[in-house]
Amino acid sequence: MEGGVAYEQGLNLKATELTLGLPGTGETEGQGGVRNNNKRPMPTSETNEEESQALKAQIVGWPPIRSYRKNSLQEKKDSEGEASGMYVKVSMDGAPYLRKIDLKVYRGYPELLKALEAMFKFAAGVYSEREGYKGSEYVPTYEDKDGDWMLVGDVPWDMFMSSCKRLRIMKGSEARGLGCGV
Amino acid sequence: MDLSPKQSSPSESTRFPDEVLERVLALLTSPKDRNAVSLVCKDWYTADSWSRRHVFIGNCYSVSPEIVARRFPRIRSVTLKGKPRFSDFNLVPDNWGADVHSWLLVFASGCPFLEELRLKRMRVTDESLEFLALNFPNFRALSLLSCDGFSTSGLATVATHCKNLTELDIQENGIEDLSGDWLSCFPENFNTLEVLNFSNLITDVNPGVLERLVSRCRSLKVLKLNRTSSLDRLQRLLVSAPQLTELGAGSFSEELTLQQHAELKYAFGLCKNLSVLSGFWDASALNLSAVYPACSRLSFLNMSYTALQSPELASLLPHCPCLRRLWVLDSVGDKGLEAVGANCPSLEEIRVFPTDPFDEDMLHTVTESGIVAVSQGCPKLHYILYFCRQMTNAAVATVVRNCPDFTHFRLCIMNPGQPDHTTNQPMDEAFGAVVKACKKLKRLSISGLLTDLTFKYIGEYAKNLEALSVAFAGSSDLGMQYVMEGCSKLKKLEIRDCPFGNVALLSGLERYESMRSLWMSACNVTIDGCRSLAREMPRLNVEVMKEEGSDDCKADKVYVYRTVAGPRRDAPPSVLTFSGL
Repeated sequence: MEGGVAYEQGLNLKATELTLGLPGTGETEGQGGVRNNNKRPMPTSETNEEESQALKAQIVGWPPIRSYRKNSLQEKKDSEGEASGMYVKVSMDGAPYLRKIDLKVYRGYPELLKALEAMFKFAAGVYSEREGYKGSEYVPTYEDKDGDWMLVGDVPWDMFMSSCKRLRIMKGSEARGLGCGV
Repeated sequence: MDLSPKQSSPSESTRFPDEVLERVLALLTSPKDRNAVSLVCKDWYTADSWSRRHVFIGNCYSVSPEIVARRFPRIRSVTLKGKPRFSDFNLVPDNWGADVHSWLLVFASGCPFLEELRLKRMRVTDESLEFLALNFPNFRALSLLSCDGFSTSGLATVATHCKNLTELDIQENGIEDLSGDWLSCFPENFNTLEVLNFSNLITDVNPGVLERLVSRCRSLKVLKLNRTSSLDRLQRLLVSAPQLTELGAGSFSEELTLQQHAELKYAFGLCKNLSVLSGFWDASALNLSAVYPACSRLSFLNMSYTALQSPELASLLPHCPCLRRLWVLDSVGDKGLEAVGANCPSLEEIRVFPTDPFDEDMLHTVTESGIVAVSQGCPKLHYILYFCRQMTNAAVATVVRNCPDFTHFRLCIMNPGQPDHTTNQPMDEAFGAVVKACKKLKRLSISGLLTDLTFKYIGEYAKNLEALSVAFAGSSDLGMQYVMEGCSKLKKLEIRDCPFGNVALLSGLERYESMRSLWMSACNVTIDGCRSLAREMPRLNVEVMKEEGSDDCKADKVYVYRTVAGPRRDAPPSVLTFSGL
């Protein structure tokens, strides 16, 4: 039973696994589908619950669903993942209502910033790692998984996508602590 | 078989001239009737050979293309099935065989007037499709179901060269989808299409091309779009082709404005002849209501590609009073099935597929209550395919009491070897009830915790059984023996993961020549057992698929079939063929 099972009963070991990749890379895992492990021990009355879970995970061609239908379901799951997207709320100080955007639509920071600027009619200024956004009254920030408010642009895009919970376009005066050079 | 008449034949003047005989026989279309006719006497055999127009070959290796072409030189239509059914579930290696090319080569010279080719589980390459398109000038209808080995380029050659194409039916294939350009290969003046099914394909076809094609083909009756086809396109196509009898919608989840919804509903309302509806990937509840006006004559509704919830199904069904066949996902739940029982008195067939076959924690699923509810409301039910996670003996007994006319009973309790969840007993009595009550039963698939008793019941009562599918069941060789001894009409037997060994295999010695095929995988059969079988029965092909790393003496997967063509010569190295010849 080595090497076939991704999940132990209830524990998501993958989440705490140590890897050299940045958080946010390698998130999507194929669920279900056909395992190529052809070892198919029969579940016997002595097989305990946990073992039989693992055995089931390894049974090739069971339940008997045609590959075409299985692939359709898988595509549906994948596209649902895309459709539900990564919608995050965007607020701007002084604006009467919030907006929502799908982060998956953007390929990187430049596109995201352009979209935000267009949506809220402001200019973000020029970003530099040392000084943050220079030459602008407004600064794009985001709240990450830990609840901290961060400057948009500091971390790699993938890491940003997976840790960003909401966006806030802060007014310059409040943003001083985040390295705004105004 | 002696074909010469034993009694003195009637006087010459009362014998039918061959031409008359052929004309009369031409009215017989069923293969079974034709086969019977050909056995009467030599004259009738000859007349049948010359007048047969359609040949059905259930196992492409049971006969050679040369034999077929020699016997039936004037056939117009061929149906060929290739790989064993378990190849649908990845149990057969990719290079196993069943390549159609050798058939096409022979037919090109032997039966050049071939018009229709229907293939299931065959290997079809682009090269073969091109050969087909270029060598059969009268070719009209191509249907590929569960085939693999070709790409959209192959379809392009068919579209380009088959000037009289009426049917292009591409379903559930392992197709390499390179681009949607193939559709543009139909010539601008081409207008004979009656059936177009490209639901298999992902890449989008050129929108203008499809619309123009549909508007040119006034005889188009069947149109099945792929999932990337938008609602906008669907609306325009329906307005252009309201004569459709079968429609496969594309994706159905887009958000529509009120105006767009009204337009779509209007378009559906134009289709007064729809009897079959399918497709609907990801249908939203709101959009589904646009379909209602087209449902009054609907006999077959296939919603098995969208996770319909029970309220949606309950709203839809009252609009389909003539429904006879329904396919859904288990997302509809028991409540959805209650709605089926309440709204579909004419229902004859129901198939419930699992939304999430590999995730056991899914809450939306169907149970024994669902199947009972359907049986209570639908007394005409004769075909069921039901995937569930729990079942009871009592429920199955109730179902067959309500509906004793089952011809096809396929129950899949998804957890292998699972007992009745209320009594913890094996499910033997459930299938016992099925075979006792359903005298017309032709196809049975069993599951759950099952002992040899189930097989005893099957052998004793299922006298009309033609196809049996068994997995993770039985206690000893006796199980299979009961079936081989009792089911004299059995044609197809598939067994996986059961404790049946050589004794069981050899108990069917006398039966295999009357059957199409036997499949046994992950059982206890050995190579020696297979060798014995092959030695005793020279007109059977006994094939063993070896898995990497298994013991030398084990026969991991066994496939036995009758044949007049001898052992096949195109088997890959992983397939061992044993023959008594």
